[in-house]
Amino acid sequence: MSVDFILFLVLALAAIATALGMLFSQNTVYSALFLVLNFATVAVFYLLLSAPFIAMSQISVYAGAIMVLFLFVIMLLGANQLKPLQGLPWQRPLAFLLALVLIAESVYLLVFRGQPQGQIPVGNETFGSPQAVGEVLFSQYLLPFEITSIVLLVAMVSAIVLSKKEKGERA
Amino acid sequence: MVPVNYYITLSAILFSIGALGVLIRRNPLVIFMSVELMLNSANLAFVTFARMHESLNGQIFVFFIMAVAAAEVAVGLALIVQIFKTKHSINVDEMSSLKG
Amino acid sequence: MFLSESTITGFFFLAPWLVFAPVVGLLINLVFGHRFSEKAVGAVASLASGTAFVVSVLLAYSVAANHGELVRWRLAEWIHIGTLNLDWTFRVDSLSTTMMLVVSGVGTLIHIYAIGYMHEDVRFKNDVGRFRRFFVFLNLFIAAMMILVSGDSYMMLFVGWEGVGLCSFLLIGFWFEMDTLARPSWANSNAAKKAFIVNRVGDFGFLMAGFLMFWNLGSFQFDAVFKAAPALAETNPGLIVAITLFMLVGVAGKSAQFPLYVWLPDAMAGPTPVSALIHAATMVTAGVYLVTRSAPLYTLVPQAQFIVVMTGAVTALFAATIAVGQYDIKKVLAYSTISQLGFMVAAVGMGAYVAGMFHLITHAFFKALLFLSAGSVILGLERGHHHLAHAHHDEKHGKGVKTKHDDHHEEVFDPGDMRNMGGLRKTMPVTFWLYIIGTLALAGIFPFAGFWSKDEILLDAAKLYPQVYWLLAIAAFFTAFYMGRQIWMVFFGEARHEAAAHAEESPKIITIPLMVLAALSILGGALNLPYVHTLGAWLEHTVEIVEHEAPIAPWLEQSFGGLNIYVALISTVAALLAILISWLIYGRKPLKTGQIDPLKKPLSFIFTGMENKWFVDEIYQTIIINPFVKISQFLADVIDWRFWHDWFHETVIAGTYNWISETALNRYADQKGIDAFANGLGSVTQNISATMRKVQNGFVRSYALSVLLGVVIILGYLLFK
Repeated sequence: MSVDFILFLVLALAAIATALGMLFSQNTVYSALFLVLNFATVAVFYLLLSAPFIAMSQISVYAGAIMVLFLFVIMLLGANQLKPLQGLPWQRPLAFLLALVLIAESVYLLVFRGQPQGQIPVGNETFGSPQAVGEVLFSQYLLPFEITSIVLLVAMVSAIVLSKKEKGERA
Repeated sequence: MVPVNYYITLSAILFSIGALGVLIRRNPLVIFMSVELMLNSANLAFVTFARMHESLNGQIFVFFIMAVAAAEVAVGLALIVQIFKTKHSINVDEMSSLKG
Repeated sequence: MFLSESTITGFFFLAPWLVFAPVVGLLINLVFGHRFSEKAVGAVASLASGTAFVVSVLLAYSVAANHGELVRWRLAEWIHIGTLNLDWTFRVDSLSTTMMLVVSGVGTLIHIYAIGYMHEDVRFKNDVGRFRRFFVFLNLFIAAMMILVSGDSYMMLFVGWEGVGLCSFLLIGFWFEMDTLARPSWANSNAAKKAFIVNRVGDFGFLMAGFLMFWNLGSFQFDAVFKAAPALAETNPGLIVAITLFMLVGVAGKSAQFPLYVWLPDAMAGPTPVSALIHAATMVTAGVYLVTRSAPLYTLVPQAQFIVVMTGAVTALFAATIAVGQYDIKKVLAYSTISQLGFMVAAVGMGAYVAGMFHLITHAFFKALLFLSAGSVILGLERGHHHLAHAHHDEKHGKGVKTKHDDHHEEVFDPGDMRNMGGLRKTMPVTFWLYIIGTLALAGIFPFAGFWSKDEILLDAAKLYPQVYWLLAIAAFFTAFYMGRQIWMVFFGEARHEAAAHAEESPKIITIPLMVLAALSILGGALNLPYVHTLGAWLEHTVEIVEHEAPIAPWLEQSFGGLNIYVALISTVAALLAILISWLIYGRKPLKTGQIDPLKKPLSFIFTGMENKWFVDEIYQTIIINPFVKISQFLADVIDWRFWHDWFHETVIAGTYNWISETALNRYADQKGIDAFANGLGSVTQNISATMRKVQNGFVRSYALSVLLGVVIILGYLLFK
């Protein structure tokens, strides 16, 4: 039992717990906050996996920007309790069942059917550093990078267009 | 060191939880958040493999996923807001006008 | 033109003109005749017939120059199929030239006569335009008869045979829309049909004979048949008997023997030149010619010969009895013709071919003379009647005034009825003397032509078939009797009708040909006088005369070069006796107007039978015609109409068809089958989609669920692969 393993275990439990919390929480704000916690634990995971740049971007983009956006909208729409379930009563149990089956299948597939993975090798220190990532990003993946910037632009434009008021429309 | 399989398993579990969330919850925001959770689990898997194969390609991909997820969230939330303006309700079950 | 087999000097190359001259004549008249005058039409036709006569004379001369040798002149190939080889070949030998001379000679005289006769006839019947047609048909007849007598094979003979049958039909039915009294009627066309149909029965016999001949002897050509026949007679004589007896059926039809003679009296409906030419001198002799030509076949089968003889003899007597009771002048002559044909057929049946041909020739002369003179008498009466009608008309309406029925003879008057005649000796003297000559020749009075020819037949009959001799002798007696009766009734006594009182003599164009014929009737006996036997020697080149071997009665043995004094005496005495008896009955106390025949009371039912031709026509009507008509009606009405049309076609075929299309195809196949299927497809699709539509329930959750379900299933598949 190394420190890594214990750490991994604790973090894993935390991730799962927060995920479940997000899932079953009746209050939408709580769900969002649980998700933020989840992102944080995943960021720690990235650190453990020698991806510091990714970890930081996880925190700043996901937890910092995306979840904030979510919270804004939650506030806008109001975190009301929803009415009880109408129609399709069979869907819930079936969903649970399917999720369990999915877990079972995917675990089985990935773990027992995949090639023996072994341990994670000891990497060098500069692996995953911002410098390294930047080198690859701006040389090999320059085109996708530029396209991504266009995607972000389009998203911005669309968000504005979608929420624009029509002429004569009342809010 | 932690075997790769463990990370993969964790990713699978998180993915399933996200899928379950999409299925069960009726609040579109929570559904959206579950989708983010699923994306996140995929990211985890990518990074794990990148570390395993000593290749930065995985991490670059995660980068792009994050960027696209951000864009997607922006657009999606704008949509949800517009729907709320029209329907004055955020119950996904009530958005069933496309039924046959 | 093809050359014959041997190059002989002579005019044989002219042979085709026998046929072509009349054909050219008829074509000229057919195409241009409507522009010619009547005289021109008649002249063209007579010239054509005259040309044929000239050619006949030249051919006869050529045969004589060649010592009677046969010459076959081939004109064209006709049918060459398998073993059947038929050519159009002209057979020029002594027998055929004899026939050619008779036909074209008498024919030409009759053509000339017909110019005058038809000139008056078309005016009496009010159809001047039909004059040309008569001569076209007459020339056609000459052409067909020439084909018949000059044919070298039985088939060529048959072509002519059928041709003359056709011409007989055309000419009997010349005035097809009326009867002999010019009233609108079916009578003339019925007579023409009767002639054709009865002839057809004869033709059937001829054809059967021909088929048997070809099948067993391999050819139709005369020489080939006669060469092969003896061999067949050894092995299968029954076949030869069959062939000859079938031929006899044909002879009976064409030469008016019992029982197929019934058409000839009816054929008197045609104009008199037709009766003279076709039904006295030429066409009816075709049967006699056929038997003579087939002599080699008949001599092989004495049984068939006997039947031929009996047919001829019975016919001779039967017809002679009928002639006694007839009132129409032409009918008497018609039955007389049948009787004389019976003589001829009996003669050639016996094997006395020379006698038969001799009588054929002399009969042509005097019978044509008699018929044409009868025509002259009829015209005379018509003229008288015509003048009477005009006189009455003038009396009633004044001279020169035309009324509506100007050309219409109001009363029905039969110019041929002897009861309307009488005393014509004074008004028509030329005709009277010509008729006397013809009668004496027919009765067989020495030295007219008929005496010599009839006597030869009687002598041969006495030698070979004594019972036939007595039959023929009685027939000869009757012949003289009815001819005498005719003379007293027509020419002596007082006129029994106004028309007869006003009768006029015929013009020269009618009487001149008659005078020629009268001369021939007087001198014709010279053809075959005893000791000389010109005709016999002539015909011997062609026809083998078989000498009779059986013993003869002693009184027959004495003969002066072929003439036996006893036979000659018996026949002459009988004829004179018959004429005397007829004078006693009809001549001494001439008949008055409206008086019934003196023989009626004494002979009562016998005379009734004679008057009504022994009811033969009525018997035929009952036994053959009526059932035939009934069968035809049955077949037409019941079988054809009710069965085939109404039931089979309407109910079965149309009904089935309609059922198929209405019920089977429309209702079941189409509506219940295909439509149901197509509609069913549609409704099934609708049902399926109605069911499947429920998947789209609008809930996003369920959609997401199905996605996840799919993922799970695929993963499971990959898992368990």
